[in-house]
Amino acid sequence: MQLQILKRTRRISFQGAVAVFVSAILLSLFFSGVLLSLGGTPPLAGFTTLFQGGFGSRWALEDSVLKAIPIFLCSLGVAVAFRLKVWNIGAEGQYALGAIGATGVAIAFPDWPSWAVLPLMALSAACAGGIWGLIPALLRQKMHTNEIIVTLMFNYIAVYLLQYLVLGVWRDPNSHGFAVSATFSDAAIIGPLSGATSIHWGLVHCIVLGILLLLFFRYTRIGYEIRAAGENMNAARYAGIRVDFLVCLVIAISGGLAGWAGFVEVSATVNQLQPAMLVGYGYTAIVVAWLARLNPAGIAVASFLLAGLRVGVESLQLDLQVPADFGDILEGSILLMVLAAGLFLEYRIVRKGRT
Amino acid sequence: MKLKRLIITLAALVLAIPAVSFAAKEVKVGFIYISPVGDAGYSYAHNEGRKALEQMEGVTTSFVEAVPEGPDSERVALNMARKGYDVIFGTSFGYMDPMLKVAKKFPKVVFLHCSGYKTAQNMGNYFGRIYQSRYLTGVVAGSMTTSNILGYVAAMPIPEVIRGINAFTLGAQSVNPKVQVRVVWTNTWYDPATEKEAAKSLLDVGADVLAQHQDSPGPQEAAEEAGVYSVGYNTNMQSFAPKAHLTSAVWNWAPYYTKAVKEVQDGTWKPESVWLGMETGVVDISPYGDMVPQAVRENVDNLKQQIMDGGLKIFTGPIFDQQGKERVAAGQVATDDQLLNMNWFVKGVTGTLK
Repeated sequence: MQLQILKRTRRISFQGAVAVFVSAILLSLFFSGVLLSLGGTPPLAGFTTLFQGGFGSRWALEDSVLKAIPIFLCSLGVAVAFRLKVWNIGAEGQYALGAIGATGVAIAFPDWPSWAVLPLMALSAACAGGIWGLIPALLRQKMHTNEIIVTLMFNYIAVYLLQYLVLGVWRDPNSHGFAVSATFSDAAIIGPLSGATSIHWGLVHCIVLGILLLLFFRYTRIGYEIRAAGENMNAARYAGIRVDFLVCLVIAISGGLAGWAGFVEVSATVNQLQPAMLVGYGYTAIVVAWLARLNPAGIAVASFLLAGLRVGVESLQLDLQVPADFGDILEGSILLMVLAAGLFLEYRIVRKGRT
Repeated sequence: MKLKRLIITLAALVLAIPAVSFAAKEVKVGFIYISPVGDAGYSYAHNEGRKALEQMEGVTTSFVEAVPEGPDSERVALNMARKGYDVIFGTSFGYMDPMLKVAKKFPKVVFLHCSGYKTAQNMGNYFGRIYQSRYLTGVVAGSMTTSNILGYVAAMPIPEVIRGINAFTLGAQSVNPKVQVRVVWTNTWYDPATEKEAAKSLLDVGADVLAQHQDSPGPQEAAEEAGVYSVGYNTNMQSFAPKAHLTSAVWNWAPYYTKAVKEVQDGTWKPESVWLGMETGVVDISPYGDMVPQAVRENVDNLKQQIMDGGLKIFTGPIFDQQGKERVAAGQVATDDQLLNMNWFVKGVTGTLK
C-alpha cells in the first residue's frame, strides 16, 4: 500500500480541524506520559498535578493569567508584523526597550501621581519599543538588509543596554552593588483590580489593545491594505499600496506592543528594572503567534494555555519531584505536534490510485 | 522528706514532657533554585544541603529548580506557602524582594534568603564568606603559576564577585608578589559555552591558571584542553578537568541548613542576617589535585587553620587599589560593611569594573 499527499480542494470542516488538534495534543500527552513513567512518575497523577497547578484552582488560574499577560501582548505585536510577512524576531529586545522607557519615566518623576506618570510610562515604553523595531524596518527598506537577522541582533543590543543602565546610571545606590534600579514609587506601579485578587490592570490593557487591533484590521483602510499586501506584496505595490510605509508601520506597532508588555511587566510585577525580567517572552511570543495562526482571540487562548502549562510544571516539580527539563520537553512536544498537525488542515493523505 | 522527693519527681516529669513531645515537630521545607540541580555548580551545592535535611527526624523537603528571578520566583514561593510549607529557602539574590512580598502575606512561614540583605519578622538571610576559600585557592594558584599571570572568568561586576577576585589576588600575592590577575566578564552566571570561550581568551594573554566565578564547568574544560591549571568554584570540579584542577572554592550548606531547620523545629528561630565563615564548615576548599606539591599543601592547610581560628583576616591593611590609593590602612581590617559594598579592585588585578 502506498500513500500520497494531496492538497485539499475544499476547506476542512470545523469538526475536522478540532479533531486534528485534539489528536495532536493527545499524541504529545501520550509521548510525555511515556517519559513520565520512564522517570518513575505515574502519568495520570502527573497530568492531574500539572492541570491542578496550572488551571485547577482560583489561585492557579490567577497565576496563569498573570503570566500570560506579557506573552499575549508580545505575541499580539509579532502577529501584526507577520500578517505582512515581515519577520520581526525582535520582540524580546522591543520588550526590553519598553521596560527601559517606562523605567526612565518612573525614575525621572518619582513624585508624580498615578494618572500622570502611568500614561507617560506607557507612551514612553511604546515609543521606545516601536523605534527599536523601526530601525531594522528602515534598514530593510533602504539598505535591503534581512530583518530576521537585524531584529534578532537588536535583541542582544537591547539586553546589553538594559544591563548597562542598571549597572551604571540607574543602579540603586542602596542595592549593595547589585544590578537593579531603585524600586518605583507606588504611583508608578500598576495595581491589582481589587483587593481580593492579584490580577492587575494589565489584563484590561490586554483586552483593550486586543480589541483596538481587531477593529483596526477589520474597519480601517490601512488595516485592509496590510491584509492585502500580506497576501501578495508585489500585487499590492502594483495596485498603488504604499508597501514601504506599511512595513515600517506594522513593525512600529509590533514593537510598540512588545514595549507595552515591557511597561506592564516592569511596573505591575517587577516594580524595578532588572536584567532577570528578560526571560524570553519575546521568543515565546513567536511560537504563540503561529499556534494561534495570527488571530488575536487565538493568541489570547494560546498564551493563557502556555502560561498555565508553565505554571503547572512548577507544581509537578514541587509535588512529584519531576525535573524542570520535563516541562520544556512537554512544551516542545505539544508545540511540535500541533504545528505539524497544521499540515492536515491543508493536505490530506490518501492511498495511491484513489483520489 | 517524702514530700520534697515527690516535688522533685514531679518537677522532673514536667521538665521532661516538653522534651519528649516536641522532639520531632513535623516541618515541610521548600527550596527555590536558580538553575537546574544538575548544573554541577551553585544549585547542586544547595541541593546537597537539602539532602542532608532529609536525614532529620520529622523533616520532609522538596524543591523547584530553574526558577527565574522576579515574578516567577514570587509565584513559586507563594505556592509553597499555600501548600503548607513551613520553611522556604530561596537561593538567588533576585528572589529577595519577591520573597519579602510573600513573607508579609504568610507571617507563620519562615523565609530564608541566600545572599541578600533584607529581613522581616519572619524572614532572615544567610550567606557564606566564600572569599576566605578564594584566598586559599589564590595561594595555591600563585604557587603553581610560572607565567605569573592568572586568569579569572567572572560573571557580573557586583561586590560579591569583586570581593572574590580581590581575595584570590591577595592570596596569590602572599606567596608570589609578581603575580597578576587578568579578569574577563561574561555577564552571565550560567552559560557553559560563553564561559569556556571567555576562558580561552585568557589563555591568549598568557594565563597558566584559570579561576572562575561562574556556575558551569566551562572554564575547567578550557584549562584541561589547553594543558594549563584551573581552580574551580561551587563544588569539587575535579572530575571535569582531572589533569588541570588544583582545587575548588566550595560550598557545603548542610551544617547551616540542618541548624536553621532544627531551630524552627525547636521554636527558637529568630530572623537574622548571618555571614558564615570557614569555621562553620559552610565554605571550604576541595581536596588538592595530585600536581600540588607537599610544601604548598602544608602552607595552605596552615593558613586555613589560621582563618578558622580567627588569626588570619583576609582583608587586613595595607591594601591598595589599582590606582595605588590606600583603601585599608596598615594594621586595620576591612569591616563587613566595606566588604559588602566593595567596588574596587586591589593592586595587581588587570581589568575594569565594567
